[in-house]
Amino acid sequence: MMTGLLKERERQIVTKGDGTFDIECSKASLAGSVSQRACVFCGSRVVLYPIVDALHLIHGPAGCAAYTWDIRGTVSSGPELHRMSFTTDLREKDIIFGGADKLYRALSELIELHHPKAAFVYATCIVGVIGDDIESVCRRVEGEKKIPVLPVWSEGFRGSKKDGYRAACDALEKLVGTMEPEKPVHPYSINILGDFNLAGELWILEEYYRRIGINIYARITGDGRVDDIRSCHRAALNVVQCSGSMSHLAETMKEKYGIPFKHVSYFGIEDMSAALYDVASFFNDPVLLEKTAALVKEELEKLMPVLEFYRARLTGRKAVIYVGGAFKAISLIKALRLLGIQTVVVGSQTGRKEDYEIMAELCDYGTVIVDDSNPIELATFARERGADLFIGGVKERPIAHKMGMGFCDHNHERKEPLAGYEGMKNFAAEVYAGMMSPVWRFARRRGEK
Amino acid sequence: MLLRHTKKEVYERSALTVNPAKTCQPIGAMYAALGIHGCLPHSHGSQGCCSYHRSTLTRHYKEPVMAGTSSFTEGASVFGGQANLLQAIDNIFTIYNPDVIAVHTTCLSETIGDDMNQIIGKAKDEGKVPAGKHVIYANTPSYIGSHVTGFSNMVLGMVRGFSAKSGEKTNKLNIIPGWVEPADMREIKRLVKMMGIDSIMFPDTSGVLDAPQTGHYEFYPKGGCTIPELIASGDSKYTVALGQFCSEDGAKFLENKCGVKYKTLDLPIGIAATDRFISTLSELAGVPVPAAIAEERGQLVDMITDMQQYLYNKKVALWGDPDQLISLCEFLVSLDMKPTCVVSGTPGRTFEHRMDSILASVPGAKYKNGANADMFLMHQWIKNDKVDLLLGNTYGKYIARDEDIPFVRMGFPILDRVGHSYFPTVGYKGAMRILEMILGVLMDYQDKTSSEETFELVM
Repeated sequence: MMTGLLKERERQIVTKGDGTFDIECSKASLAGSVSQRACVFCGSRVVLYPIVDALHLIHGPAGCAAYTWDIRGTVSSGPELHRMSFTTDLREKDIIFGGADKLYRALSELIELHHPKAAFVYATCIVGVIGDDIESVCRRVEGEKKIPVLPVWSEGFRGSKKDGYRAACDALEKLVGTMEPEKPVHPYSINILGDFNLAGELWILEEYYRRIGINIYARITGDGRVDDIRSCHRAALNVVQCSGSMSHLAETMKEKYGIPFKHVSYFGIEDMSAALYDVASFFNDPVLLEKTAALVKEELEKLMPVLEFYRARLTGRKAVIYVGGAFKAISLIKALRLLGIQTVVVGSQTGRKEDYEIMAELCDYGTVIVDDSNPIELATFARERGADLFIGGVKERPIAHKMGMGFCDHNHERKEPLAGYEGMKNFAAEVYAGMMSPVWRFARRRGEK
Repeated sequence: MLLRHTKKEVYERSALTVNPAKTCQPIGAMYAALGIHGCLPHSHGSQGCCSYHRSTLTRHYKEPVMAGTSSFTEGASVFGGQANLLQAIDNIFTIYNPDVIAVHTTCLSETIGDDMNQIIGKAKDEGKVPAGKHVIYANTPSYIGSHVTGFSNMVLGMVRGFSAKSGEKTNKLNIIPGWVEPADMREIKRLVKMMGIDSIMFPDTSGVLDAPQTGHYEFYPKGGCTIPELIASGDSKYTVALGQFCSEDGAKFLENKCGVKYKTLDLPIGIAATDRFISTLSELAGVPVPAAIAEERGQLVDMITDMQQYLYNKKVALWGDPDQLISLCEFLVSLDMKPTCVVSGTPGRTFEHRMDSILASVPGAKYKNGANADMFLMHQWIKNDKVDLLLGNTYGKYIARDEDIPFVRMGFPILDRVGHSYFPTVGYKGAMRILEMILGVLMDYQDKTSSEETFELVM
């Protein structure tokens, strides 16, 4: 029934071992494709929304607010204001006469009521077209209410989710450096960038850092606080996870405040350990390194016997990885290998060429590497390669299950923390449960009649 | 308290919606379009819209949801989306090979003024629509109406695109089921079949969004109203439109286009609405009501009489979509329950008229729909006048937890429970299921909160 791949997408799909590696990526999706990608607004919203004591007001029709209402399992240790859904709910009349006045009233009302530490105003597609002057409304309210009121230029059509990360970083950049820390800053202080505290992951990392003598100053943005972000330019180092979403902020902070940054990943034991060693060695203190070595040893001693159980049972299985960011995909390839699972298809919505090259290096010959894929491609590759496991997000889950593959949500809907050593244990358990569930005895698998 | 930000005092909000009790038109159009067999819905707007709708529908149905997008860029939003849509139509037929593409617009493409009729006409002229294939459309600007309006507009789009008059009338009834679950569509078809009536149901998402596990990923699952059926709807004897908000516009359009008369009924939720549905079917088709259906009705009545003491005077807060709320409120009143708070984000005068008459016997009942009728207001009302039961979509779970009120999930979306797509709430059987759910949570609550002395084994 399906006639195969679109010619225009040929160069976005590469099989390792088939000639030179030359993947095409970072291009707009083809009109008409069933892309798994989202928009600029989505990118900005997921990055900023974990700032729990800020007001997040969506300037547009109700839909954009409804679809992003508390959908990310990002956890707060305090305020829960971010879990409310606020929108100007633009109607036809506003589209004709402009929505700036409505925005002003909504903002004023909300700040009066909730006393947030800052407000983010998200521009949606329609606002970009009708040309509301959000900037001047924000400036006016900022003057009146004496809190930072920041426009986020997240009109959906301005690009993909990745451009939304950039818009979020632009808004954060305006916040950083607008306040001095209240107390003297610990000399070994870092900012965590690009962890969103899904299922409380950031708290696990925080505990590791505490044990090796490093203090987390600002959490950007998981369990984030406005005042921490405003004064985070006094920390010694920015530690950036999820390369796509936060690199830009790290780069600007380096330029503006001379704060160096490091890229890390917290998934899988190799990357987690490398992250701790990397950060510890930055401070040039042998005590930190000793403590790191002790921590890694202790955690691995606990973890390895558990992983051995899974590894013995999972070796030889095959997996498909399709996630939003490429950095995560890279970590997942390594984490799966640790469990004896081979990655046979790997792709991302927004990867860069460099990322795909790393994936190609890590994977075996014959692995399909794909940029901005769609369900038909993914299902076809999974069937051809005989995959047993699919790692992805909400839209991929039912496809995997219909085909009889195990599934692990490595996106917003993860239910257990997957970061750190503890996360690796959870990940192994989830992957195992997904693939070995007794239900598969009753189910048809991958094209069986 | 997750909703500690909700203050008890209800105040006038001039420009603000908090925790909306609605979403936007395109998702309704997408859901309706999935009820055509071999159809790929297409979102003419930015990529995010399509992604959000697919994700939300997937969270509700736990099923793959496929749809294309025009992937608007900055250029398209300045120069118009014609080039994108033409390319999309070409690409979709080339690679996904659907029988029909159902295009819906978005706030973006509506505001820049893309003309669907003209662009689709151009696609046909340029040979981008292969022989025997179809492109239909619905205008669904997000800033008008709600997801309910979008559903209705796509139903109208189906009639506009397909229904035809061959000159030879059939004895069939068209049934427009409204925005209900695949299970409800199955149940309606079951009842119609029991009465020996030949029918055409559109849209029909049964077999699409409740598909079995087969070991295969079916891009176009088995179910859905077929194109020959849609075309033949123009020859039917009569149309029964269930739910004024979702179904009447399509039925009216069909009457104007092909002369098929229609009757609008409430969704057959609850005993009285189901009675009206069954007797209308019987009248229109000229058939008697079979004993098997009378038996189901009798079982329902029996169940209500048996459990009446647990139901009477219980106050209920409901939210969701108007067609459901109208029938549900009527049902609750007939159970001697008191629907005291009713909220729908979907605007429309009819809702007020209907609520006025249905709730006339409920002292102190409040209802609101349209602007600012949101979950925030509902919560404020409940804080001022506590209720015994919550009935609505998943977004009530914060209130249920904060206020410790028993909660039955019904409506769209249900993001945190299963069952809704498999077990109907329409018809007499469906009413029994609603009762079972309501009694279940009320009795669980009583068991949990009663003192040891009053804790009862037999209820």
